[in-house]
Amino acid sequence: MALLEVRDLKTYFTTLSGQVRAVDGVTFEVESGQATGLAGESGCGKTTTALSLLRVLPFNGRILEGEIVFKGKDLVKLDEDEMRENIRWKEISIVFQGAMNALNPVYSIGDQIIEPIMLHDKSVVKSEAWARAEKLMELVGVDPSRLDNYAHEFSGGMKQRSMIAMALACNPSLFIADEPTTALDVIVAAQVLKLLKELKIRLNLGMVLITHDLSIIAEICEKVAIMYAGKIMEYGDVVTMFKEPLHPYTQGLIHSFPNILAPRTSLTSIPGYPPDLLNPPKGCRFHPRCKHKKEICKREEPFFAEFKKGHFVACHKVTTEFKGRKW
Amino acid sequence: MNDVMVKAQDLKKWFPVRLGFFRSILSKTELYVRAIDGISFEVKKGEIYGLAGESGSGKTTTGRVLLRLTEPTSGKIIFGGEDITSLGDRDLKPIRRRMQIIFQDPYESLNPRKTVSDIVQEPLAIQGIVGKEAEERVYKVMEDVQMIPPDEFLLRLPHELSGGQRQRVAGARALVLDPEFIVADEPVSMLDVSTRAEILNLMTGIRDKYGVSFLYITHDLALTHHICDSLAIMYLGKIMERGPTDIVLKESLHPYTQSLIAAVPVPDPTSRRIEVVIKGEIPSPINPPSGCRFHTRCPVMKGDICRSKEPPLVEVEKDHFVACYLHSK
Repeated sequence: MALLEVRDLKTYFTTLSGQVRAVDGVTFEVESGQATGLAGESGCGKTTTALSLLRVLPFNGRILEGEIVFKGKDLVKLDEDEMRENIRWKEISIVFQGAMNALNPVYSIGDQIIEPIMLHDKSVVKSEAWARAEKLMELVGVDPSRLDNYAHEFSGGMKQRSMIAMALACNPSLFIADEPTTALDVIVAAQVLKLLKELKIRLNLGMVLITHDLSIIAEICEKVAIMYAGKIMEYGDVVTMFKEPLHPYTQGLIHSFPNILAPRTSLTSIPGYPPDLLNPPKGCRFHPRCKHKKEICKREEPFFAEFKKGHFVACHKVTTEFKGRKW
Repeated sequence: MNDVMVKAQDLKKWFPVRLGFFRSILSKTELYVRAIDGISFEVKKGEIYGLAGESGSGKTTTGRVLLRLTEPTSGKIIFGGEDITSLGDRDLKPIRRRMQIIFQDPYESLNPRKTVSDIVQEPLAIQGIVGKEAEERVYKVMEDVQMIPPDEFLLRLPHELSGGQRQRVAGARALVLDPEFIVADEPVSMLDVSTRAEILNLMTGIRDKYGVSFLYITHDLALTHHICDSLAIMYLGKIMERGPTDIVLKESLHPYTQSLIAAVPVPDPTSRRIEVVIKGEIPSPINPPSGCRFHTRCPVMKGDICRSKEPPLVEVEKDHFVACYLHSK
């Protein structure tokens, strides 16, 4: 059994204009010591998925259906007290997008790291917590003597590492990183990526890595789910996904990423743009932008089917061709 | 050489640092952020010239200074063979027609209360072009940026457009005066990945069709590989290496360039993994390191000479310039 198994998760937001189907039937797994990437463009539902895992959705968001099975327990059914006391931060933690801007400017970095440590274990005294914070800073590669500093005295990279230290403060088993390197310079981003890789191995962490950048996924993840408009289009191990992508969206996405090492070719793009989730397209959500679309794509949503072990695709064309018929 | 569109000659831009009230009374020294500290390069006609670097490298300031959106502290800007460094507003106005800019943020660079038609027409109005001629130009550039049919978009407001469409409008606005040179400052970094190529291909299309030169400012080295003809790598206000893109990326000589390239992940899980060979953070541009600015982080620093004397930018092979004592005396 995997550390985390998400099955057919549906999270909707209620707005004045109607229901936004942000996550609409999503299934994936995360193993300990491995990273699963949730990749996709804006509005695909990846961040909402992360918020659903921790059950920290905004007031108008709700998990309608599905299971989030963590170490054998379904988190969707867990009551809020248990979620707060035992799961959030203790077992599953997160570094949000733009986390470095979430540091409180009037408290020292150290005070902010020890806060969750002391909140989650009342028996820990401040000096103990501080010592743990120092170890965490070493783990993430920041000089522990700087725990007394304030956020404005840290560079972007150091702030990001402090957020990672904070997220590791209670020794979680599952770590969610939402766009961990956006807004960071090339070198600093590389340092953070290497850190995440090391932590994954050293601490045997399960990781969910959320990003639009497929290069980061290729660098760190073992599995990847390609999300689009609230659904997963393709899911499988990272090598198969990059080398033999089956879904037209995956193929289009991979070809629109520049590769500094590959020969110079022109980049391709996918015409159009992601749909409005208040009123997503009928049938396959990707069909308006797909060059292979047929009538069935406009009417019927394709089944998220397993092609070979561990490789899932939701596409009528792929299903048809797999059965030996011509598309 | 009359195939040079824009030339920067030993360009400097220093921004004074505002100290607090008491410190400015007590302190005798004036402090400056040396955003650009003596750079020279040329953009040829019809060339897409990449200017790459991390934050604080001075790349955005360079773009703005070339267009005289910010005045240089010293050095020269030669545009189409003419020294435009000190031209007054009146003399600069006809030059301004020939040089334009596309900004990074498509959500901030378009006036939210103006229609697409207003936005694209505005430069024409400023330059005194109105009426039928203005209308024709607007339609033409809308087609150039592939917002077809133009009528479908002209009356829309920016919030009714996607990010990619907004950048096209920004492109149309930049093209409407038939410029010879466009500064594109991270034009696709805020767009979804699948639409980036569209905008980039649009740029190369415009270059192919009209011979417009571009200065493409970015921190994304992988992108420069795909669309830039030449590339200059900036660090802390200086150019470390420059030359044809392929040469700079595949046969890089400067340790900084090599470190950058090694740190860029690729969308291929079977390819090499990234390496981080330099330590630390970028020093402050107010007090850059002595000698070679990169020496404090350089993995192969030679010694005293790197610490004491700034290496000149030297042509080590045809068109390939490096500022490093590993490759020059």
